[in-house]
Amino acid sequence: MTAVSMPSDHAHHMASVPYHAGPAPKRIIVGFGFWIFLLSDIVMFSAFFAAYAVLVDQTAGGPAGADLFDLRSAAIETACLLLSSFTCGLASIAVGVRRKSWFYVAMAATGLLGLAFLGLELKEFVALVQHGAGPSRSAFLSAFFTLVGCHGLHVSAGVLWLLTMMAQVNAKGFRADIERRILCFALFWHALDIIWVALFSVVYLMGVTQ
Amino acid sequence: MSEHVSHDEHGPMASDVSPGDEGTGAGGVGSAVLGYVVGLGLAILLTATSFFIAGTDLVWTPSIPVALVVLAIAQMGVHLVFFLHITTGADNTNNVMALAFGVLIVVLLLGGSLWIMTNLNHNMMPMDQIMRMQR
Repeated sequence: MTAVSMPSDHAHHMASVPYHAGPAPKRIIVGFGFWIFLLSDIVMFSAFFAAYAVLVDQTAGGPAGADLFDLRSAAIETACLLLSSFTCGLASIAVGVRRKSWFYVAMAATGLLGLAFLGLELKEFVALVQHGAGPSRSAFLSAFFTLVGCHGLHVSAGVLWLLTMMAQVNAKGFRADIERRILCFALFWHALDIIWVALFSVVYLMGVTQ
Repeated sequence: MSEHVSHDEHGPMASDVSPGDEGTGAGGVGSAVLGYVVGLGLAILLTATSFFIAGTDLVWTPSIPVALVVLAIAQMGVHLVFFLHITTGADNTNNVMALAFGVLIVVLLLGGSLWIMTNLNHNMMPMDQIMRMQR
């Protein structure tokens, strides 16, 4: 916890000289609870990854990953998501020092990078379906669209959440409850980037090298 | 449990750390930004290496998937430490324990599925032969 964010809490601890560990501050509890949710989300993704890994060779005579994937577009998507994770971190710092303007700029950059990622992914999906490589073509493509599409849905939900947080900061300022929501949003966004790391390695890079 | 350890280390002010919290906040904004810059730099380095290795024929081809997995796990570690601030510090015990449990489940799920399915694939007749027998 930062000294800036919880001055009253620190003062309280200093006052009680014989230190007793009371109930943890709400911020800790909320963060931990959301961390548990994120881990369960990651477990769900690992099931999709397992399904993909099992079905990756079941192409039913259709195109395989090496015929379909465009590493250039995957690299740009990766750059978008990685940079957005960075700007999301900057937004968290801006909350810590109570700078609304920095917060808006960092969050807007995060949102735009997220939208760029989604646009590229959508373009890729449309191109695949137009070339007759839609999710119903083979077990491999079903697993591919489920896995990558599920991550894309998470990013879409993240962008909506991001806009909500910008609106709430605008309307209510850096209140304690708003700050906890921003903490959860930042955790969610960083976790999406972690899942994307596994995704571009397993799906795109391994798909092309096979 | 962790409170006693952190008591010794940081004095009575230290308590648990929430995931996403930036350490003890001693260094101010500059060091916080620097943390993210270092994380971004390491992540870019690892990503670029992954993409380079996937496209090159300089290395022994069968080693490429293993290298990609190792690089991906390393990058996940970088993200966890520099972006999510999950460290091995005493005040982070609960977060690390939850993470360890999550990793255990993920490993069981992935490893178990792949192990069982390759075994089945190995023992099963090729699909075209089964189709011919059913005719």
